[in-house]
Amino acid sequence: MSRSPIISGVGHTAVGKLEGSTAMGLHAEAARAALGDAGIEPKDVDAVLCAYSLAAPHLMLSSVFCEYFGIRPAYSAAIQAGGASACIMVMQAAALVKAGYARHVLVVCGDNRLSGMSRDGAVAALAEVGHPQFERPYGISVPAAYALVAQRYMHEFGVTPEQLAEVAVVHRRHAQRHPDAQMRKPITVADVMASKPIATPLRLLDCCLISDGGAAVIVSAPEARSDVRKRPIEILGAGQKNTHEHILAAPSLVDFGCRDAASQALGRAGVSLGDIDVAEIYDSFTITLVVELESIGFFGKGEAGPAIAAGALDLDGRLPCNTHGGLLSFGHSGAAGGLFHVVEAVRQLRGEAEARQVSGAELAFVHGDGGILSAHCSLVLGRA
Amino acid sequence: MSRPLPPIDADTRPFWTAAAAGELLHQQCRSCGHTQFPPRRICVACGGDDVEWRRASGEGRIHSFTVVHRAPTDAFRSKVPYAIALVDMAEGFRMMMNVETDDLSALAIGAPIKVVFEPIGEGVALPQARLAR
Repeated sequence: MSRSPIISGVGHTAVGKLEGSTAMGLHAEAARAALGDAGIEPKDVDAVLCAYSLAAPHLMLSSVFCEYFGIRPAYSAAIQAGGASACIMVMQAAALVKAGYARHVLVVCGDNRLSGMSRDGAVAALAEVGHPQFERPYGISVPAAYALVAQRYMHEFGVTPEQLAEVAVVHRRHAQRHPDAQMRKPITVADVMASKPIATPLRLLDCCLISDGGAAVIVSAPEARSDVRKRPIEILGAGQKNTHEHILAAPSLVDFGCRDAASQALGRAGVSLGDIDVAEIYDSFTITLVVELESIGFFGKGEAGPAIAAGALDLDGRLPCNTHGGLLSFGHSGAAGGLFHVVEAVRQLRGEAEARQVSGAELAFVHGDGGILSAHCSLVLGRA
Repeated sequence: MSRPLPPIDADTRPFWTAAAAGELLHQQCRSCGHTQFPPRRICVACGGDDVEWRRASGEGRIHSFTVVHRAPTDAFRSKVPYAIALVDMAEGFRMMMNVETDDLSALAIGAPIKVVFEPIGEGVALPQARLAR
């Protein structure tokens, strides 16, 4: 029997503007969904990993959640690494079960950052990731920091704004096949190009959504397969790379830690990029995905744009990617945004993705990016 | 509303004191010669703590830039559109600055800039970039 830790349950809440939702309520709803999916009880959870909330921040979010949910796990911790949090939590959960500290780890995230705070409030809170002395006095925002990457990347590799727009278009096309996606109305390249400028070259439709929502996954020990009712999905490999926090200090604006994170994860899984059937890769902005796809090596430098325009990320393309619609169209509620990618990968590998199923999906690659392409974590998941 | 003031600390006070007097500082390691920014207590290259302050020429080139149309906070709403650049200084360190220009379309990667200092209140002066002619 394989000794790989497994993902035994996944779930998410509705996403979008959920009036009356709370950060903890979304955590609880997502946790219940994932536990139900696995067919285990809250009392079976012996470790809990939470991330962070902008709407209801707390120094000890995991303890806050456990109290709210009414569980008393043996192990609990919160992990804060922005968009890399979800993948890092899964990597950490896998390490916990491998080390024998837990049998079932509940990884749960959620935030009501759309209804629970103003859009301006969310944008301002996110801008606090800028360096307090050497970036924030200049009016930096998260989109502006990614725009600095975009401008340089386009300069070096000839990527065009229209190619970035194609990334937004394919995500919307995927989201149309997901009944729970926040944005399902079709868009065109012209729509993206006509949307209002945020930070050149990025426009509104180059940017991820702001959503209320929650997601959870259960990571279980290899020997716990008999506890659960769904087909287990194995965590075959995981890897991280952390190169900087502030864009001011990034070693390069065109090559990022995603390459090392991915190569570690693939190496540990004993597979190569060409073996991947479906990818779920962090897409906070259109440029984020292009940089990651090319830094990781799925495409050569400057080649992702034309390939995406030709359908490379579609269900029948060379690399079906972000089949739920990603952060750009499915939804983005903080750390849960990255966990939606994990949930979708699991559903693809189980063959539960319905209208968006990639046929014969046996091996999935998931990637999270936190900060300004600062913290990276990759996962390789496989059908057991 | 004015810009957020930098929360000056012991690591950076000499930098801000010099900036208020119109001088741009950076750090260099006496042991290994590494040049670094932002300022810190240790040399990021060799781990030593023999880091000294050096005066910079204030000349640099734009490594990348963006024109911000969506302000992150109220303090910047009246300033949009404004330019943010990552500037590679002649001495080999990188800074973020706004680029002061009447013509945002003149911004370009590789364009030379000269540092000027913008008083932003409470005796603090912010290094800013002006496109060199």
